[in-house]
Amino acid sequence: MRLVFAALSGGLFGTGLFVSGMTDSRKVQGWLDIFGDWDPTLAFVLGGAIIPMFFAWRLTEGRRPALGGVFPPKPPVRLDGNLIVGSLVFGMGWGLAGLCPGPAIASLSFGGQSGLVFALAMVVGMLVAVPLRARLDALPRPA
Amino acid sequence: MLQFEWVTGALGGLIIGAAGALFLLANGRIMGASGLIGGLVDGSGRDSWKERAAFVGGLFLVPAILAFAVGGGQTHVSPNLWIVASAGILVGIGTRFANGCTSGHGVCGISRLSMRGIVATVFYLIGGGISVLLFRHILGVI
Repeated sequence: MRLVFAALSGGLFGTGLFVSGMTDSRKVQGWLDIFGDWDPTLAFVLGGAIIPMFFAWRLTEGRRPALGGVFPPKPPVRLDGNLIVGSLVFGMGWGLAGLCPGPAIASLSFGGQSGLVFALAMVVGMLVAVPLRARLDALPRPA
Repeated sequence: MLQFEWVTGALGGLIIGAAGALFLLANGRIMGASGLIGGLVDGSGRDSWKERAAFVGGLFLVPAILAFAVGGGQTHVSPNLWIVASAGILVGIGTRFANGCTSGHGVCGISRLSMRGIVATVFYLIGGGISVLLFRHILGVI
């Protein structure tokens, strides 16, 4: 049952990305292009997505997930270099191609060669991140 | 003037939020694309790999069917494979260091009023803005 609902959620996510136009890199780059021909669509997408999620989080209070287990606890507020530099690096790649991880998978069937290369490179980046992070964490920190 | 694309954007956004709400309330999991994929790729999500694979499978398959049935499957991603590969590597490394992307930090984090989600969103928007400014307007490669 968990697998059915996971597949349903993934399918619904893909439907939303497709309907909203977020699988089109021009819309994403248009949103980020504040010095050019700015396209505000992404704000409507993010705003629309936050509304059901806001109510979903409220519904988690004092309850358990329908299929068992526990809801993910809120992680401690740790605004460290990994979060900030990682987000900046992600943003640079996001702007360069106009794709982020969700739309990269959702558009894989019709994204042609470029879509495939992006997804493979993303996987390589995710693999590289593991030893890179371990190495950076092992560096002595300035006192 | 309200444009048609803003309406479909908001409608698609509501569907994305409904997907995240379903995954949270049914499976008790946060719908973060980079985390779900990353856990499959580096083996850190080994104990939940079936659930992750089912999610990614649905995410791939349903838009494939939609694009085939109704058309409109256009990504307009650069044909320059060096640009595309560089962008993919940056997205892969960045999302794993930040522990999240647009769906995890943006959709699921902001809606929970998570400070980490809000800070991450601010910084990837800054990174994206700088990227388009640099590569489109200064270097002219995209």
